[in-house]
Amino acid sequence: MPRLENCTWSCSCTARGRHKNHLGDTAAGLAAKVGDMLNSSVSSSSLALVGHGARSPSTSSVSSNTSSSSTLNLSQHLVQRSLVLFVVGAFMALVLNLLQIQRNVTLFPEEVISTIFPSAWWVPPCCGTAAAVVGLLYPCIDSHLGEPHKFKREWASVMRCIAVFVGINHASAKLDFANNVQLSLTLAALSLGLWWTFDRSRSGLGLGITIAFVATLITQFLVYNGVYQYTSPDFLYIRSWLPCIFFSGGVTVGNIGRQLAMGIPEKPHND
Amino acid sequence: MTLTEKLRERISRAFYSHGLLCASYPIPIILFTALCILACCYPLLKLPLPGTGPVEYSTPVKDYFPPSPEPGVQQGDLGERPDWYVGAPVAYIQQIFVKATVSPWQKNFLAVDVFRSPLSRVFQLVEEIRNHALRDSSSVKSLEEVCLQVTDLLPGLKKLRNLLPEHGCLLLSPGNFWQNDRERFNADPDIIKTINQHEPKTLQTSATLKDLLFGLPGKYSGVNLYNRKRVVSYTVTLGLQRYDSRFLSSLRSRLKLLHPSPNCTLREENIIHVHFKEEIGIAELIPLVTTYIILFAYIYFSTRKIDMVKSKWGLALAAVVTVLSSLLMSVGLCTLFGLTPTLNGGEIFPYLVVVIGLENVLVLTKSVVSTPVDLEVKLRIAQGLSNESWSIMKNMATELGIILIGYFTLVPAIQEFCLFAVVGLVSDFFLQMFFFTTVLSIDIRRMELADLNKRLPAEACMPPAKPVSRSQRYERQPAMRPATPHTITLQPSSFRNLRLPKRLRVIYFFARTRLAQRLIMAGTVIWIGILVYTDPAGLRTYLTSQLSENQTQQREQKPGLESLSRLETNQHTWAQGPEGKGNGQPELGAEAEVTWGAEDEEIWRKLSFRHWPSLFSYYNITLAKRYISILPAIPVTLYLNPQEALEMRHPQEANRYHPFLSASQGKLDAEAQPDRASPKLQGHRDVTLYKVAALGLASGIILVLLLFCLYRVFCPKNYGQNGLSHSRRKRGDLPCDDYGYSPPETEIVPLVLRGHLMDIECLASDGMLLVSCCLVGQIRVWDAQTGDCLTVIPKPRLRRDSSGIFDYQESWDQSPDGKNGLDDSFENSHQLKRMLSPPQPPLFCDQPDLTSLIDTNFSEQVKVAESETRLRAVGSRQKETGYDFSSLVNKVYEEHSTSNCRNFGLAAPHGQAGFCVGTGSPRSLSCGNEEGGCSSRRKSLGDETFTGFDKSSPISSWGGDFESSVWSLDLQGNLIVAGRSNGKLEVWDAIEGTLRSSNDEGQSGITALVFLNNRIVAARLNGSLDFFSLETHTSLNHLQFRGAPSRSSISSSPVFSSSDVVLCQLTHTVSCAHQKPITALKAAAGRLVTGSQDHTLRVFRLEDSCCLFTLQGHSGAITAVYIDQTMVLASGGQDGAICLWDVLTGSKVSHMYAHRGDVTSLTCTTSCVISSGLDDVISIWDRSSGIKLYSIQQVGSRGAGATSSGCEGAAVRLCPPPNLTRACCPQELGCGASLGVISDNLLVTGGQGCVSFWDIGYGDLLQTVYLGKSNESQPARQILVLENAAIVCNFGSELSLVYVPSVLEKLD
Repeated sequence: MPRLENCTWSCSCTARGRHKNHLGDTAAGLAAKVGDMLNSSVSSSSLALVGHGARSPSTSSVSSNTSSSSTLNLSQHLVQRSLVLFVVGAFMALVLNLLQIQRNVTLFPEEVISTIFPSAWWVPPCCGTAAAVVGLLYPCIDSHLGEPHKFKREWASVMRCIAVFVGINHASAKLDFANNVQLSLTLAALSLGLWWTFDRSRSGLGLGITIAFVATLITQFLVYNGVYQYTSPDFLYIRSWLPCIFFSGGVTVGNIGRQLAMGIPEKPHND
Repeated sequence: MTLTEKLRERISRAFYSHGLLCASYPIPIILFTALCILACCYPLLKLPLPGTGPVEYSTPVKDYFPPSPEPGVQQGDLGERPDWYVGAPVAYIQQIFVKATVSPWQKNFLAVDVFRSPLSRVFQLVEEIRNHALRDSSSVKSLEEVCLQVTDLLPGLKKLRNLLPEHGCLLLSPGNFWQNDRERFNADPDIIKTINQHEPKTLQTSATLKDLLFGLPGKYSGVNLYNRKRVVSYTVTLGLQRYDSRFLSSLRSRLKLLHPSPNCTLREENIIHVHFKEEIGIAELIPLVTTYIILFAYIYFSTRKIDMVKSKWGLALAAVVTVLSSLLMSVGLCTLFGLTPTLNGGEIFPYLVVVIGLENVLVLTKSVVSTPVDLEVKLRIAQGLSNESWSIMKNMATELGIILIGYFTLVPAIQEFCLFAVVGLVSDFFLQMFFFTTVLSIDIRRMELADLNKRLPAEACMPPAKPVSRSQRYERQPAMRPATPHTITLQPSSFRNLRLPKRLRVIYFFARTRLAQRLIMAGTVIWIGILVYTDPAGLRTYLTSQLSENQTQQREQKPGLESLSRLETNQHTWAQGPEGKGNGQPELGAEAEVTWGAEDEEIWRKLSFRHWPSLFSYYNITLAKRYISILPAIPVTLYLNPQEALEMRHPQEANRYHPFLSASQGKLDAEAQPDRASPKLQGHRDVTLYKVAALGLASGIILVLLLFCLYRVFCPKNYGQNGLSHSRRKRGDLPCDDYGYSPPETEIVPLVLRGHLMDIECLASDGMLLVSCCLVGQIRVWDAQTGDCLTVIPKPRLRRDSSGIFDYQESWDQSPDGKNGLDDSFENSHQLKRMLSPPQPPLFCDQPDLTSLIDTNFSEQVKVAESETRLRAVGSRQKETGYDFSSLVNKVYEEHSTSNCRNFGLAAPHGQAGFCVGTGSPRSLSCGNEEGGCSSRRKSLGDETFTGFDKSSPISSWGGDFESSVWSLDLQGNLIVAGRSNGKLEVWDAIEGTLRSSNDEGQSGITALVFLNNRIVAARLNGSLDFFSLETHTSLNHLQFRGAPSRSSISSSPVFSSSDVVLCQLTHTVSCAHQKPITALKAAAGRLVTGSQDHTLRVFRLEDSCCLFTLQGHSGAITAVYIDQTMVLASGGQDGAICLWDVLTGSKVSHMYAHRGDVTSLTCTTSCVISSGLDDVISIWDRSSGIKLYSIQQVGSRGAGATSSGCEGAAVRLCPPPNLTRACCPQELGCGASLGVISDNLLVTGGQGCVSFWDIGYGDLLQTVYLGKSNESQPARQILVLENAAIVCNFGSELSLVYVPSVLEKLD
């Protein structure tokens, strides 16, 4: 899973240049639409969620863009959000990779494993970046489509979603299935259930499928080039359940991203 | 209605009633839930602790060979073989299990003898084992070759260095305590001390040295001074490196040969392999910790959404408890039904929590919190539940469906997870419904109380609640009790506003909860328990001794022959003690026998599971992820003869125990035999004492607990205000048979008050006094308790007529009493009284002159007439004393009055006032609801009189004088307010019969009056409202009008009030309150409500006469209005409709089409609205939902049977009781004209010459009381419910006091 996730993310990394421009546009659009809603309180809340790690960078970013105006606010907000998403993604990648490595699902070259990190150094950053991109993409698309996501917009639900996502990974790593088809089908059902339970938006579904597809492609490519490998590949070079994991990962990160993006109206409420 | 809607309806109804249930009986339900949880969690006790517990696998001893180190090879042969079972074990453990006893036991032996000689044999045994060698044809194999060679102990274990073997075989035995040196042992004066010197003083968690060396738990060893069984057990533990079956079997057979255990039943079939799990590494913990972090984040974000409740933390805790205990329940239930969890509990636990979720809990809380605040708590809970019922059920069904789908993945792990999740979901639902809902109700109730405290100051005008409080929150609130409204409201508010420092609050908390006392109490109980248990002469030893004594007694009863023969065989087999043979004397005492039972099998299991790891860790050998094999123990039985035991005895031991022995010897002057018995006897006596005491204590405690539980179950906290839910719960059984003991009719005899000449027009009462007014305008004041006529206030012009007829029996009777009592105390006034008391009517003659004089003087020039008022005061004083003779019964009261007379001062009133306030406080709370008796009469009479009055008033013309008749009356304290048809408002003193004040500013007749606190509101015929305020001239007297009419204050109140100048001032006039005459006027809770013929109601604020709302909704004239302290306003009109209003917002809550004619009477209880109409139907409605519960139709001239009109579509609401048909009024005319509610469950209706009592919950007729013998067609037109639950009906010109027997009060 970590593999796949980092792939997802890395895939989105590759597409990063494209996304960059895209992001620029979206930032402007967002500024118009979301406006003041996204201000600093969001960042603080979201930071609190992730922990202290993100705090120092956020403050630095704040100090750097001290100019003024709502757009600045917005960009600052964007930075903070992406930072949060990055940290979340990197952390998830680490943890989930650990799961897989313990079960000997993924094999990294020897010298990599022998180092302190359980997986290759490039995995967490890639995953983090990918998470940031996906997490920003979801609210963007929502606002572009003009249908703000209203379903279960609360942190408790997001946490639940994350927990289910980890559970799916856990299951894929630790459960003994009779055969790979069964495993893949089960995971596919679980992922769809995840989407239905926590998202239920067409855009979410579409984006998730796209992410799964792209990420799978990239993973195939990586394994083909021997960056790493799976112990018992059954879907070309990778495991057949990877797309499902990518899909649910995309949905989860999208959920987080949306929650971060809309954090404002909920803040005073919670406090 | 589609199926879904029907289902929905049904579900929401079920939830509604469930919510009511939960909120009504919180404590029993929580107890019940706790019991359920505990019961479901009970199977969990059998599960091993997750994670670190060792795993076992057993193989037969026969052809055992160590598993090969290659894991792959063995995969094939045995499927159930665990995957850790590869390679050789770390060690084989061979235990030689020794049981030794001294037999036969001589009575003069000491307690030490029980274990000293048996322990001494261990050295010999160890020697045998060490020297054992298997002599083969080829070679000699000794123990050294097979055994596990250990090296140094870990450096940290210096103090164990001499005790544990080093550099050699791992061989542990109790002998290690003495370095395996027999001489040391013999020289050791105190064995027990040696053994226990390394025992930790605190709680032991893992293996102790004693356990290690004995090889079995310390309490099984039998090495203590109180070993009644006299059997000592220990093991010699041998660690083996290799498994050599021939060597081991030779050792076994040799030991068995030397020390045979004839009755040993140990099965020696299996080798147990114990695998120890590794300690969990950091790397594996990371994902786990992550999931837990996510879980906590989830819980945090969920529970922080709980809002608007009293204690967020409490509810969050309850929510978490709900989820966690549902998980535990699910695991417990699954275990109970034989499904053992194979998954790692710690790993799946967070996922289970997430799947089960806290959502329902949050939704429930939100929904309940968002219900209208002014509803009663249990109704709020019920509504909240029923609002969310559909979505909860839908979610539940969806989740179950998803999980069921998961079950069909056919992956065992997922299936198991799903199973747990399903059971968890169901139990979570159960807990939510019972546990969480109840906790929520408690919380909401607390919040309501807090809210109320905050809100009160804002409505300072609101008078205190009735004692028979209509709502729970009022009833529960102690702050509502004080006497006057001012003190009530100020006190709590100032108290609340005071921000106490935290530390003070903590201390207050301690004081409030009596935490310290409770802790000390609990501590004492625990301490006593520990004492009793650990006391050497206490419970534990007693229990063990009882057991062993039973055994020995049984054995002793056997014929001696058998024992003798066994003794001989035993001795014969003793190879080591040939000398013992000579000792088998006949005077030997009890003979011990070593038994081997099932409990001795695998005795190592009773050791801590850390036993073996800690043993090996001493030698720096880890057992993590490895296993050891435990071979079946070799049983060894040692019988020692008494002589040997004697020889082994250490001289110091003999000395130490000697005095004990000699004392008993001296007494009994026997040799040494019975000395053992005598301490035993003593001990026995002690024990009997203990036994009796303990039994007594235990039974006492149990009794108290039982009674407490019974009390809690049968007397729930909301005693006396069980509404509908209560009666509905018990509806199944016949109420009459159960507790509706209907008293025989003779028990209720109405007390008839006669005296009025004409029909009684107005009635008013404040619980102690009763004021009535008849058509002629004569006002009579009665004592509501005794029925005595206290005062007659005649119309001046009618004096001649009335004086001849007035019946003064009572006053005449009582006057002698008063005279006697006063004789000694007051001579001067005595004669005056003598003169005054006989001609009582003349007294009244004087009165009008005086009063009119004062009246005019008073209202216009108060200050000027200072002296005159003084005069008047004196005069009234005289009069009052004269009157006191006739009315007072008690010496005490007389003393009061005389002292007042003597002083003529204001000091006495001071004291009196204080007294009144103190005692009368509860009574004063009730004043609010008693007012306006007249207005209800107006309603019942219909409107024609009012309409007619404008042109010509028939009554006044009939009276033939210029004085008008009394149209309305009200009474409070000792003041009567009468409104006359000419618009004059008069204030009379109820006891003295003097006119205190009058006001004739208004010209239009006063149709209704409200007298509340010091305010009088008069509704006039022209639709205007006049607000008067009643003021007294003296400074302290603010209290006295509010001064309660309690029993003690009745007689004393005239004393001080007469000294005051009462001023009735018109403060405000609402000239055009209504377009048409006001027909109904009620006040409560600081609000005044008027109902008029112009189809509207208006709500005024009492304090500043400000009109708050105009309520429109009726399509006919208003005929009945009800308002109570809880701001519930009900109105009934000529259109037959009943409307319920929210007084706070002025909105209409519900609208019911009640009757086919005017609503004649309307009243409410906490749960229902009761109305009667011109159609002779009494209907009972659910107050919160506005649904008709049932109705009672009178059997009357209409001949209609009692029908129960079960409301359509609301079958869940109280179905009409089946026995309603027989519960019908026997009277001919409908009794619907007048209604009264005595308690929440008892309804009184007046009928033709009778009153009837009904049970509201069931609609049952409880009793009918006939008011007169002659069944003349005089209807009981008006019913007043007094404080003491008596009912007054104006029955023509007579009043009837009907005391409700206490049996009826007990109904609820």
